[in-house]
Order: sequence, then structure tokens, then C-alpha cells
Amino acid sequence: MNGICNSWRRIYAILIRHIYILRGSVPRLLENIYWPTIQMVLWGFISRFFAYGQGGASMGEVAFGTLLGAVLLWDMLFRTQIGVTLSYLEEVWARNLGHLFVSPLRPYEWWAAMMLFSVMRALAGLLPAALMAIPFYGFSIFDLGLPLLFFFLNLMFMGWWLGFLIIGMLLKAGQGAEPLAWAFTFLLAPFCAVYYPVSMLPHWLQPVAYALPASHVFEGLRALVLHHHFDAHEMVVAFALNLLYMAISMGVLQAAFNSARKAGTLLQSDA
Amino acid sequence: MTVPETVKEDTPSIVVRDLVKRYGKVLAVDGISFEIKKGSITALLGGNGAGKTTTISMLLGALKPTSGSIHVLGHDMEKNRYPALQRMNFSSPYVDLPGALTVRQCLRVYGKLYNVPDVENAIDKLAEDLDLSEFIDRKVGRLSAGQKTRVSVAKALVNKPEVLLLDEPTASLDPDTADRIRGYLDGFRRDYGMTFLMASHNMREVERLCDNVLMMKRGKIVDQGTPQQLITRYGRADMEEVFLDIARGTGRSSEQGDEAQGAVRAKDPDGEQAA
Repeated sequence: MNGICNSWRRIYAILIRHIYILRGSVPRLLENIYWPTIQMVLWGFISRFFAYGQGGASMGEVAFGTLLGAVLLWDMLFRTQIGVTLSYLEEVWARNLGHLFVSPLRPYEWWAAMMLFSVMRALAGLLPAALMAIPFYGFSIFDLGLPLLFFFLNLMFMGWWLGFLIIGMLLKAGQGAEPLAWAFTFLLAPFCAVYYPVSMLPHWLQPVAYALPASHVFEGLRALVLHHHFDAHEMVVAFALNLLYMAISMGVLQAAFNSARKAGTLLQSDA
Repeated sequence: MTVPETVKEDTPSIVVRDLVKRYGKVLAVDGISFEIKKGSITALLGGNGAGKTTTISMLLGALKPTSGSIHVLGHDMEKNRYPALQRMNFSSPYVDLPGALTVRQCLRVYGKLYNVPDVENAIDKLAEDLDLSEFIDRKVGRLSAGQKTRVSVAKALVNKPEVLLLDEPTASLDPDTADRIRGYLDGFRRDYGMTFLMASHNMREVERLCDNVLMMKRGKIVDQGTPQQLITRYGRADMEEVFLDIARGTGRSSEQGDEAQGAVRAKDPDGEQAA
């Protein structure tokens, strides 16, 4: 029990460490809200174009549901991933990794704190955008109901393992690989079937899409919006894939950590 | 079975055996062994590239040794380092604290990381002792180098560690503040029986604070003893001259100086190991 309390205190320490940074920096706060909002505005107008250009209000509802909903859900994935990766990069930039690695903080406690903080960060960024969509376009993502929770959870999970995979790569390759933090997830976007069904991809690319949890979530979103059918099977497949990739990314991260400990880069500023 | 107090006192806080660190073809630490007694202050000295930082990194568990063993407070640092890390701490002017956090926030984060029971009181006490009160709510990134060093020392003392590793603890401090920090560290050693291992380039600091000195050169411990023993052995006026003798390979004891520590121990009139 004492061990759990101690563990929780250490997780809490890392959480407040990042909250202090976010609270004390207006640019960081704005940046967090900026992208989801901009994306929402941009895609909102694209959706409107689709709606009125493709003839009729019902088509508009379809466009809003699949496109705007997809934008907001995609941002959940990206915000979670970037939240995890930035938690690590903040320590690199502050040249503070050395102090953390020689403290009693266990790696799994550090990862748990990163995961919690990334969710807080993602929700803080997404909620204003999701709420703004209601007066702007009359579209509320919350109308999706309970399935929204499953979509969010699966995408959050994917954001976590992507974040850990990227940290593993950064630990191995050093600070020079920083652009990966922003680019890696977008690299997967075309295969995640965010704005179009998997069937739109060439046949040879479709297995790649089905191997990614996000494509199952977005297929599930479209089934819900277009056919009013919640496909639980898609969610189960996404969750199973997420578990598999989480295990792989943890393995990669641990191996990179061990390698950095052997090479002596943990106490260097550009670990 | 209760261990008698005298046995506890004699148990070394740090035991290093045949420690080797190799980076490819470069041998950074070359089979060093030493023990550091509880409650002592030991200096790890040597020129740049002697292997001091590598040794300290391995003692902290941040660097994996190629071979050899390290036990801190009875814990094997390769197999089970976290219980030892809970009772240790570390300060270096070359590893920063988060610049975007205020001094108080920073100490609070580290207090929580080390499970300090009453963090706020501990922070207030440290602020008073180390003269941090004036800038306790200022961001660390906005402090002067000397103020940052004091904050780093405060962070290192926040959990009242039993073993404290210090890399140049008074770097960037003016003589007055440096002297007060030394007095404070010495007081902590006396009051709490802390064990210190410090790397320093300030030989007057070493003479004033340290019970023992480990001299490193090219990854080996080439000499060891109390500052006075070393000064006498090398026939010099102070530790600065001893340091120069060893670093430049000149002086009375330097012919044997590059030999492994076994040979050095044989010369030591007291036959003592370091610390």
C-alpha cells in the first residue's frame, strides 16, 4: 500500500511538473488550442462546401458527421501522441533528464505520468474546438453518444504507443530526430482512412490500413454516422491491435533506454 | 538479529569493485576499486578525461558499467538501484533544473519524486539555510549561475540523502557564498551522517572539506589518502600542487603515480584505503 502511495506521489510530481509549464506559458497554451481550432474551422468550411455543392441538407449532415467528426477524432490521436512526446522533449530541452534518471522515478511511473498528462492536454485542446463546432455548424460530436467514448479510447491508446515509439527513436537517434515528433503520425494519416473509407485506397494498400487501429475507428465512425450502426467488432479489432503495438512500443522504448544507459547518453543534454 | 551500531557505522556507504567502462576502443574507467565510509567526505579528483564523470554516472546508475560491481547503501546498483536512489541525491551545475519552473515548484517536484513527507516545510528550511527566499518564486531560467548552483544544492538536499554525489558543488559561486555552502554541507554531514562524494577542481575546498581524496588519471585511481597525507607524500605545500604533479606526471610520487592503486596503498604510511 505504501509502495502504491509512493508511486502515486511520484506520478503526481511529474504531472504537476508539466502542469506548471503549461500554466506558466501562454504560447504553449495557445499552441495547444490553436491546431484543433484551426483544423476545425478549415474543415468546417470544406464540409459546408461539400454539403451545398453536393446537393441538399442531408448530404450536409453526412459531410459534417464524417468529416468534422473525423477531424476532431484525428486530433485526439495526434494531441495524445504529441503530449507524450513533448513531455519527453521538455525534459531534453530543459537539460533535466539527468536529474530524473537518477531519481527513484521508475520508467513505468514516468510513462504513466506522460500518458495522463497527454490525455489532459488533448482534452484541454479539443474540448474548446468541439464546443465551438456547435454554434458554428450545428454539429455536436457528443451526439455520437457512447460509441464516442470507444472511438476516443482507441485513438488515445494509439496516440500513447505512437508517442512511446517516437521517444524510443529519439533516445536512439538524439535530438536531431526531433521533427519525428510532429511528422511521424501524419505520415500514417493517409493509411488511417480518416476522411475516406479504406475501400478508397488501392487494394495493395488496404492491408496496411487494416493493420492500423485508427482505420477501424474511422470505419466505425462512418458506419455510425451513415448507417446508424455501431460496429463493436471494429472496436475490438482496434483495441487488440492497440494492445499488440503498445507491447511492441514498450519493448522498443525499454531497449532504447537500455542502449542509452550503456552508451552514456542519459546524462547528456541531447539524449 | 539487530546489527550492532558499531558495525553499522563501519559499513561502507559505497563499495566499488573492479569497475570498468569501455566505449568501443576507449577505456574510460580501468578497473577501479574503492570503498567510502559512512559519514565521510571524499573527493574524486583528476584532470579532464580522467574518468570522474563516468565513475559518478555509474555510481548513480545512469551509466551501465562494462564490468565490475557497485554497491551503494548495500544495494547492487545494477540489479536493484531504486531503493538506493531513494536515499541518494546528486547535484551538478552541468545538469540543469527545469528553467520554466519557479524555484519553489522545482523543489516541490523533486520533493515529491523523492517522497519527502512534508515538502513545503523542507523547502522553507532549505530556502532559509541556502538563502533562496529572495528568489524562491522566480523561474529557475532567470537566475544567475550562482543562484542556480544554490538551487541545485537545495534540490540535492531536499530528501536529506544518506549519500550525496556532488559535481563541483561551488562552481560559479562567489567566495562568500561558496564558503557558506561548504559550511552548510559540512554541517549536514555532521548532523545527519551523510556520505559525500564530490568531484571538484577547487583544491582549497578539497583541503577544507574532504577526509579523503581519490586521484584519477586515465581511468585509474593513481593515488589516494587524506589531503594532508598526499601533501606530505608529494612534498608540496598544498593540494593544488599535488594535483598538478599528478596531472602532469611530475613530482616526487609521480613515477609510481600511474601504477594501479595497489602499489599506491603500499606506499601509504597508514596503509589506509580511501575513506
